[in-house]
Amino acid sequence: MTQAEIKLCSLLLQEHFGEIVEKIGVHLIRTGSQPLRVIAHDTGTSLDQVKKALCVLVQHNLVSYQVHKRGVVEYEAQCSRVLRMLRYPRYIYTTKTLYSDTGELIVEELLLNGKLTMSAVVKKVADRLTETMEDGKTMDYAEVSNTFVRLADTHFVQRCPSVPTTENSDPGPPPPAPTLVINEKDMYLVPKLSLIGKGKRRRSSDEDAAGEPKAKRPKYTTDNKEANLDRFHQHFRDQAIVSAVANRMDQTSSEIVRTMLRMSEITTSSSAPFTQPLSSNEIFRSLPVGYNISKQVLDQYLTLLADDPLEFVGKSGDSGGGMYVINLHKALASLATATLESVVQERFGSRCARIFRLVLQKKHIEQKQVEDFAMIPAKEAKDMLYKMLSENFMSLQEIPKTPDHAPSRTFYLYTVNILSAARMLLHRCYKSIANLIERRQFETKENKRLLEKSQRVEAIIASMQATGAEEAQLQEIEEMITAPERQQLETLKRNVNKLDASEIQVDETIFLLESYIECTMKRQ
Amino acid sequence: MASRGGGRGRGRGQLTFNVEAVGIGKGDALPPPTLQPSPLFPPLEFRPVPLPSGEEGEYVLALKQELRGAMRQLPYFIRPAVPKRDVERYSDKYQMSGPIDNAIDWNPDWRRLPRELKIRVRKLQKERITILLPKRPPKTTEDKEETIQKLEKEEEVTSEEDEEKEEEEEKEEEEEEEYDEEEHEEETDYIMSYFDNGEDFGGDSDDNMDEAIY
Repeated sequence: MTQAEIKLCSLLLQEHFGEIVEKIGVHLIRTGSQPLRVIAHDTGTSLDQVKKALCVLVQHNLVSYQVHKRGVVEYEAQCSRVLRMLRYPRYIYTTKTLYSDTGELIVEELLLNGKLTMSAVVKKVADRLTETMEDGKTMDYAEVSNTFVRLADTHFVQRCPSVPTTENSDPGPPPPAPTLVINEKDMYLVPKLSLIGKGKRRRSSDEDAAGEPKAKRPKYTTDNKEANLDRFHQHFRDQAIVSAVANRMDQTSSEIVRTMLRMSEITTSSSAPFTQPLSSNEIFRSLPVGYNISKQVLDQYLTLLADDPLEFVGKSGDSGGGMYVINLHKALASLATATLESVVQERFGSRCARIFRLVLQKKHIEQKQVEDFAMIPAKEAKDMLYKMLSENFMSLQEIPKTPDHAPSRTFYLYTVNILSAARMLLHRCYKSIANLIERRQFETKENKRLLEKSQRVEAIIASMQATGAEEAQLQEIEEMITAPERQQLETLKRNVNKLDASEIQVDETIFLLESYIECTMKRQ
Repeated sequence: MASRGGGRGRGRGQLTFNVEAVGIGKGDALPPPTLQPSPLFPPLEFRPVPLPSGEEGEYVLALKQELRGAMRQLPYFIRPAVPKRDVERYSDKYQMSGPIDNAIDWNPDWRRLPRELKIRVRKLQKERITILLPKRPPKTTEDKEETIQKLEKEEEVTSEEDEEKEEEEEKEEEEEEEYDEEEHEEETDYIMSYFDNGEDFGGDSDDNMDEAIY
């Protein structure tokens, strides 16, 4: 793990779980897999604190454990999973767009608590929704369960690995740690939950409802569910591809691509290089209802998409009116390249971007040729090339003419290695998010006194309003915060918002680059 | 070896590769050498692109800030215990520090965790902001209970489980005693833990009958 990643993990753990968990977590990330007592000894914390921290970390799927020989249990931290904590708001917002408020709250509860049983989730969400609804109305448990089942059907929620139930009871001592297994087929099963009741007053309604036999008591489920982050990532990737097609071509072609992706959501695994081939007839049948384009027009669009140099869509056969696939890896590579190009453009200017695109296109090119092809004066071209070279966006490839590699008789070619440039950019993104978080914490700490004062004033105002105070009194209390202080608070709020929004933005870039690097590494 | 010093002395600016191939012509002025680290905040040539605004951006932003606040309130957020300072200060009562004892506030599924991680789960504490007077009579009995327990602990040869149980009980007693101490401190100036009600005196010397009892 690079230093930048470790620093970012440390900041995230500290912000969300406190210093003790942060110390243990960072120690595990740095040193790899370790048993309990070694952790306590190396970090200098008491055994109980370490146990507390490990319970929290394992609950949130940030640390996993393994039983080694002689009964020693070793704990290992998942650094990449810690970095996912940056993306929680995006997951929750996506669920909101797909499944409205109920789904949003379900995923939020699952993310905040790591893993939960279905009955616990349903109860919590229903209670929260009841609070926000008008007086007298309560949220039906069945509705929440239905949304939960739908989330599980589309794989957004999955079962956690659980203790295998052994048929014959083992007379020997129980193992020091359970080996958790999960069957692929069972990943998305949802237990039949017959929860009757609405909102908070569940227990009383059970007794109130006359004629309900006791046997209908709600069964509590015991297996835990967690949010399936990979499925969310798949969704984000699909979204990125669709919007790229919409930007490049038009709305209709993006709808076609969206339909194709939707049809292959569950059939294609998330790491496959391309989707299953879909025939043009199938696509025509599955188009959304509002789109009434004729079969011919659809075929034309598909041909256009397949001929596009970006190669998002490929033709794999002619049966069924033409078999088309979406090249997921190629699409991710194009998206990563586009990210790199846009970074070069924003950082160095559009001329640099032109040179960058030229080198990308020609793969290997000499300096003299750069000046000719890009039509930029030699001095400026040189300067820009060196700038990009020094920032590691480009690299030099040496081709010797003579076996002694003499510098005067060697070709030096500029080239862009997308994988290494993407890695470099990803590393920079981690550093920048760490800087953003630190700056935000610094700003908040600077104005801590003022923030506390304003919170207290708000609390006083709220309590006075509740007990029915007059306007004049409220006015007086509000004036406790002077005008320059108010301005300071405004500036602070604006800055913190800007920093937070930047974090979210950088996280989107991180997602694209990480997906690209992951799929390229898998291919190799 | 011989050429190492020679290369440095012979001509200034001689490099190992042909300078023309890279593009620096003869007689071109080289950029000045850098003598200090690059500035911390270099002036930007191009202003950054504005952040995405709009309904989606603002919603996600609000969500992010809300999540941050919510996670601090969950039982998973473990605050480190504030170290005991030399003098008890008035502000200590109002500081949000972690509990000193070793229990967690949430109930994990122990079947899924290794056995060695099992910790006591703190039961929901009822409000301890009670009036002082009713607390006084029970307090002395609690004191007695605790001293008797301490004696018992010294005498018995206990197994691990028993120790754990007693530790738990003692901790519970300690917790209650802590709260009582706080409440009592408000009315007396003396630190309650220094108070010795003389019950240990007779008990300690029971073991050794050789010494005379004064």
